[in-house]
Amino acid sequence: MLLPAFTELKRNLKKDFSSLPVIKLGIIGDCATQHIAVALRGWGYEKGINFDIFDSDYNQIDAQTMDPASELYSHGCAYVAVINCTDKLFMRFCETPLDSRKDFAQTVCESITAAWSRISANSKSRIIQFNFPVWDDRIFGDFGAKTVDSFAYQTRKLNFLLAEKSGEYKNVFICDIEGIQSRVGESALRDNKMFCIAKMPFRTDILPLIAKSITDIVLSAEGKIKKCVVLDLDNTLWGGVVGDDGTDGIQIGELGTGHAFTHFQLWLKELKNRGIILCVCSKNNEENAKDPFINHPEMVLRLEDISVFVANWQDKASNIRYIRDVLNIGMDSMVFLDDNPFEREAVRSLIPEITVPELPENPEEYVDFLRAEGLFGTASYSKEDRMRTDQYRAEAERVSLQSKCADYDDYLKSLEMVAEAKAFDAYHFPRIAQLTQRSNQFNLRTVRYTEQEIEDIAKDDKYITVYFTLKDKFGDHGLISAVIMEKREECLFVNTYLMSCRVLKRGMEEFIINTMVETARDAGYKKVVGEYIKTPKNAMVADIYEKLGFTPNGDNTFTADTDSFKFNKTHIQKGDI
Amino acid sequence: MNEIYERLNQVFADVFDEDVTVNASTTADDIEDWDSLTHITLISAIEEEFGMKFSMKEVVGMNNVGELAEIVAARRKR
Repeated sequence: MLLPAFTELKRNLKKDFSSLPVIKLGIIGDCATQHIAVALRGWGYEKGINFDIFDSDYNQIDAQTMDPASELYSHGCAYVAVINCTDKLFMRFCETPLDSRKDFAQTVCESITAAWSRISANSKSRIIQFNFPVWDDRIFGDFGAKTVDSFAYQTRKLNFLLAEKSGEYKNVFICDIEGIQSRVGESALRDNKMFCIAKMPFRTDILPLIAKSITDIVLSAEGKIKKCVVLDLDNTLWGGVVGDDGTDGIQIGELGTGHAFTHFQLWLKELKNRGIILCVCSKNNEENAKDPFINHPEMVLRLEDISVFVANWQDKASNIRYIRDVLNIGMDSMVFLDDNPFEREAVRSLIPEITVPELPENPEEYVDFLRAEGLFGTASYSKEDRMRTDQYRAEAERVSLQSKCADYDDYLKSLEMVAEAKAFDAYHFPRIAQLTQRSNQFNLRTVRYTEQEIEDIAKDDKYITVYFTLKDKFGDHGLISAVIMEKREECLFVNTYLMSCRVLKRGMEEFIINTMVETARDAGYKKVVGEYIKTPKNAMVADIYEKLGFTPNGDNTFTADTDSFKFNKTHIQKGDI
Repeated sequence: MNEIYERLNQVFADVFDEDVTVNASTTADDIEDWDSLTHITLISAIEEEFGMKFSMKEVVGMNNVGELAEIVAARRKR
């Protein structure tokens, strides 16, 4: 993808940031970081973020992380980027006695993770750690790729150790500079003279890409992620036009030009496996459109991989709006892929929030193009992600049952719903953290948490936590809601109340509110206080407390009296799942 | 040489975000924002514009835009 040049990003610094949301970010490094700070602030402007950056002086990682009163900590950073460079790593390697070099990666990893621990102990910052682009000194030739004594071996090992360790620290994200180097090449990443004279480990013209990588991590952690890909069919998923050429005539499969489409479908299927919902939106008659998914032996994607399948002759924007309504997700979390520039432009102009990548003309370039766009970052991954397609398909069946029931109450009864309400436990930390990051609409205070923070809260007896799962006769929704309540002197304060929009209007809202009040009463509290903090996306829950029996206090907080609370009616049984 | 100066003026304008006219005797003292950080940005932008590279010695040794333009003239690829 074509990024603006560094000088363009630098010019952005003079623009007006005042309307943009502020994200405080600290940069510490063992190299010069000023240009990175400039690129990041400039790129932030492009993405609608006002990065308020504390850029520490040269080589201050230890000083800034060890002193609890350091400038880094007093800046109140939401994120800290830790930039270690390979040039310094090499110097350290050269100083390491020959006998100790086999343990070099381990030793360096320990000093880096020690800094993570200090940052975590002294602040609430999330950490963005740069890994190391491999600079092979070629002292051993290719033998360096097999001997533990080489710098290349130890650098590669260090990157793996950091990846492994970052899994243990849930507030640590890796900025994959090594990955960037493998895509752009060593000479595009570094310029020797720049390190010599300015201690800059990166060329200035690669800084926009590095700024984008940091920003992508931040945006994912802030919950701004893509959830769904809407696919065109003819000449997008396969070559040719199925309506004209027939299932036998389309290009897909091992051989010849069809392989480009097979490769693309394999990539899309991997997206689906990691939790991205795939939908189809095609100008075709439905029977023709579905036939290859059912009957073509070499199709990778099958009907069960597609959550919502729309094939008709209506305009695509209307069909995409229909898909959005079925899935109940934000338009800005959707991506539309179509080979036809006219369709792309039409969708873009009618639905400005949706992302419509400018797919290249040649299908063999689709995958590399989308890799470079980097649309599908995430800050977490859990088992729930793999089940998502099935859950949305079950939802389509529910919609069809609803149309057969006499009234909505009947329908809810016939769903035979059972919900579970339990305190946060280790098994569910990843999913709960993910919900806090993903939920925008049904989220009363929109506080984002990392796994580490969720774990800390679960263990802290100042909090009462409850997660909720729901299942019905069509399937298991899994964990769909989390509630965090703070023990205050006079009341239980609802710090977090969020729910997946998949289960809206099933009586789950009522069930959760009932559970909150019941839990508070059992813990000896007379009052539960909830708060609504308005965001551009959560209008749907603005009056939920009031609707479900709380009394408004006039300042967007609401109180329930646990003794006199009138519990809401639901058709959900409390049980163990 | 005129063409080089014309293009240099554009690069300078781009980097300093203001209209700058440079000549052979222009130095860092003549442009307010020309500090060591901007120098790095400027060098990278000129390398990109003319498809060439400066050596480390040249980057730290050049005294005015004239010397810079001489190096560009000798080594430019575009």
